Amino acid sequence: MANLESDFVGIKSPNPFWLASAPPTDKEYNVRRAFEAGWGGVVWKTLGAEGPPVVNVNGPRYGAIHGADRRLLGLNNIELITDRPLEVNLEEMTRVKRDYPDHALIASVMVPCEEEEWKRILPMIAETGCDGFELNFGCPHGMAERGMGSAVGQVPDYIEMVARWCKEATDLPVIVKLTPNITNILHPAEAALRGGADAVSLINTINSITSVNLDAMSPEPMIDGKGTHGGYCGPAVKPIALNMVAEIARNPETAKLPISGIGGVTTWRDAAEFMALGAGNVQVCTAAMTYGFKIVQEMISGLSQWMDEKGYTSTADFVGMATPNVTDWQYLNLNHVTKAVINQDDCISCGRCYAACEDTSHQAIEMSEDRVFTVKDDECVACNLCVNVCPVENCITMRTLEPGEMDERTNTPVEADYGNWTAHPNNPMSTAAE
Amino acid sequence: MSNTPFSDGIQAGRLDSAELSENFGDLHPRFDDHEALVAADRCYFCHDAPCMTACPTDIDIPLFIRQIATGTPEAAAKTIFDQNILGGMCARVCPTETLCEQVCVRETAEGNPVEIGRLQRYATDKLVDAGLHPFGRADSTGKKVAVVGAGPAGLSAAHRLAMHGHDVTVYDARPKAGGLNEFGIAAYKSVESFAEREVAWLLKIGGITVETGKKLGDGLSLDGLNAEFDAVFLGIGLGGVNALGVDGEDKDGVDDAVDFIAELRQADDLGKMAIGRDVVVIGGGMTAVDAAVQAKLLGALNVSLVYRRGKDRMNASEFEQDLAASKGVRIITNASPRAVIGNGAVREIEFEYTDNDLKPTGQTIRLAADQVFKAIGQTLEGEGLPALEWGKIKVDDNGRTSVDGIWAGGDCATGGDDLTVTAVAEGRDAAEDIHAALSAG
Repeated sequence: MANLESDFVGIKSPNPFWLASAPPTDKEYNVRRAFEAGWGGVVWKTLGAEGPPVVNVNGPRYGAIHGADRRLLGLNNIELITDRPLEVNLEEMTRVKRDYPDHALIASVMVPCEEEEWKRILPMIAETGCDGFELNFGCPHGMAERGMGSAVGQVPDYIEMVARWCKEATDLPVIVKLTPNITNILHPAEAALRGGADAVSLINTINSITSVNLDAMSPEPMIDGKGTHGGYCGPAVKPIALNMVAEIARNPETAKLPISGIGGVTTWRDAAEFMALGAGNVQVCTAAMTYGFKIVQEMISGLSQWMDEKGYTSTADFVGMATPNVTDWQYLNLNHVTKAVINQDDCISCGRCYAACEDTSHQAIEMSEDRVFTVKDDECVACNLCVNVCPVENCITMRTLEPGEMDERTNTPVEADYGNWTAHPNNPMSTAAE
Repeated sequence: MSNTPFSDGIQAGRLDSAELSENFGDLHPRFDDHEALVAADRCYFCHDAPCMTACPTDIDIPLFIRQIATGTPEAAAKTIFDQNILGGMCARVCPTETLCEQVCVRETAEGNPVEIGRLQRYATDKLVDAGLHPFGRADSTGKKVAVVGAGPAGLSAAHRLAMHGHDVTVYDARPKAGGLNEFGIAAYKSVESFAEREVAWLLKIGGITVETGKKLGDGLSLDGLNAEFDAVFLGIGLGGVNALGVDGEDKDGVDDAVDFIAELRQADDLGKMAIGRDVVVIGGGMTAVDAAVQAKLLGALNVSLVYRRGKDRMNASEFEQDLAASKGVRIITNASPRAVIGNGAVREIEFEYTDNDLKPTGQTIRLAADQVFKAIGQTLEGEGLPALEWGKIKVDDNGRTSVDGIWAGGDCATGGDDLTVTAVAEGRDAAEDIHAALSAG
C-alpha cells in the first residue's frame, strides 16, 4: 500500500487529508473524532481576538443546491468564526495536540488588521503546540463587513502586510488562505509570497445566494424574513478551485509557492486532481458535513489504490504532474481532430445526445426510425456535448483521427504537425510559421 | 365466524374482516411525496420518448414526470388528463410492464424502469382527491350527442365532446356509470371507490347527463337515437360471455367470472361474499387472473387457473401471472375442459391436456371443484348494430361505423387491445372526429 504520509511546508501528517477550518473543527470533541476516523490534519475553526466572542445567527446558517436524489452539490453558509471564547479553544487545542502529536493541527486566525493584534495573538496560540497558522483572509460574509476576512483578502497590499507581521511574530509556518471573490487569483497569491508566507490555501468560499424563498420573497437561508449572501462550497465549486490552484501553480512567480487545495473535495479522485495540478495536500469540509468524518476512509483507500496502480510511492511523486499541461487556449493544437463515436451496444436509446446536438449544437447526430443514433462525421465539430449529456458513462467517446485521415467536415486530411492559433492564417496577429 | 378455508362447499366468511381488509388493500399503495420525488428523479427526459410512443393515449410522460420532479404535480396531472381523462384509473390498471415501462430506457439500461404508472397515479390523485377539474367547456354548439355505454370509451368520448361545447347524454344499462372500471376490475386495483369518485370528478366538466338502467333493445333503439341526436357514440363493451360447451356446464357452482368480479366490487361486506373451498377458474386473460386471485383472497383453500394453451400464449401479462402465483393461485396450462362432473352441483371438472394448437393428447386430469368460474372471453351482444367484423363493430381509424352518424370505440369495436387505455384513446379520438363532423356540418 502506498505511503500517504504528507509533509506540507514542514508540517507532517499521516495523510494529505486535512479538515478545513469550518464548523466541523470548532471544538475538541469533533477534532478527536476526526483524528480517530482517520483525518491526517485539522485546521481549527478560525480563532478571533480575546474578549467577548462573535455571535452567530440563531436561525438557519446554511443554504443548499441539490442534484438528483437530493444529493448535496453545493452548500452556502453564513456562520462566522468561532463563537467560543479564545481561552477555551486554546485549552482544547493544547489537549488535542498533546494526545495526537503525529497529526497536523493548524490554527486559523482572524483578527483586525492591526500589527499589534496579530503579533500578540500568534505567540499565545503557538503555546498550544500547534503546527502552523492559517490566516483567514477569505470569509466573504459577516466578518468582511468588519474589515476582516475577504475584506483583507481582496487587497493584495494588506495580504502582504499582514503576512509579514505574522512571519515576524512566529517561527511556525504561515499559510495564507485566499478568497476566490477577486478578479485574478495571482495578485493575492503573489502578495502572500512577497509577505513571506510559507504557503497559500485556496479557495475559501464564494459569495452566493443559493435560492430564493418564493413565498416569503427572501434569499435562503432566511432569518426572520431576510437573507444575506453566504460562502458557497461543496462539489459545485470544485472547477473554480481547480482553475485557481492551476493558475498559481503554473505562474512562474508563484510556481514554487506551496498550495493547500480546497474546494469541493469529495472523493479520493478529487484530491488527486487538486494534487496533480500542484496542491501539496487538500482540505475538506462539505464532504464531511454531508457524510460525516468516516468519508476520509474512502479517500485514503482510493488514493492509495490509485497510487499503487500508477506506481507512485509517495504523494510527492505526482503533485504538480498535470501543471505543465495547463496552457493557454492559443497554444492548443488546432490540428488535433476528434469525432464522437456512439457505442451501439451500450446505447439505451434515450435520445438525449440527439436532442442536445440537434437543438443546441451542430445537427451532427442522426436518429433512425427505430431509434438508432449515429454521428454524422461531416457535421461533428467534436464539441463533446453528447458525451456530457449521455446518461451511460463511456457510451459515447471521442475518437482521435489519425494524421492523413480525412476530416469529412472540412474535407481536408488531418495534419500530422502541431499547429496553434498563434500561427494560424486567420489570426491577424499571426506570427508566420518558419 | 364459523367458516374457515377448509369449510366444504361455497361459503361466506372464510376469513375474518381484518384478513379480508388486508387482502383487499391497495395493490400498489400510492407514492408519498418523497417516494414520488425519488422515482421522478430517475427519468432521463428522453427525446421523442419511447414510453410516450408506447402509451396508447400518447401521454407526454417525460414532461409530466419533470413536472412532478419540480414540485408541480397538479401541472403533471393536467398533462396526463389532456391526453387521457381517465388517467387515474389507467395508472391503476394499465399493464405498464408491457407498455410504457417495458420500453423505458432505464429498463434497457438497468432492467429497472422508471415507475411511470405509480408516478401517474401520484399526480392524478392530487387533482382528483382535491376535487379540482382542470378543464372547462367551449361555448355551446347547440349539438346533441348520445353516448351509449358509460365505460372508459364512452366516458372519454363524453368528456371530450362536452369540452368542445356539445351537450352529451350518456346511457348505461347498469345502475351506475363506470363500466368495467366499476364492475370489471379486481377490487385491490381500485380501492376506496376510486372508479365512482373518478366518474363524479370527470362529470364536473358539465354538459353531460347520465341515464342509467337503459340499454339498446331495452328502452333505447339505435335508430331512435340516431334520429334524435346529432351523433351517436357506441361504447357498449362486450355484454355476452362465452360458454365452455361441455357436458355439465349448467350444474350449480359453475358461474361467469365477470359476474363474480362485479358482485365482489359492489359488495358492502366482503365477509358475506361466498366462495368455494376448491375453486377452478378457466381462462387465460386478465379476467381469469382477477377472479382467481380474488377467490384466493376471499379465503378459498385451493384455486387453480386452467388455460388451454401454453403460458406464453396467455393474455394475462407476466406481471399478472406472477401476481396470481404469489397469492397462491396454481396455474395449469395446456389443459382444455372436457366435462363438469357432479350430482346437481359441481364436484369435479375434467380436463384433457392439449398442445398450443389445441391438439388433444388423450390424457385427462380431474380437479376437485365446488366452484368453477368461466373466463374464456366475452362477446358483443345486441341486435341491429352497424356492420360487424370478427364479431365486433367495424370502425375506421376515426371510430366511424358503417352507419352515418354513428361512431363506436372500446371493446365493442374492432381495433385496440381490449384495454382500458385503448378504450379511452378510441373514445377520445372518435369524439374529436364527431366534433369535426358536427363543426363541418
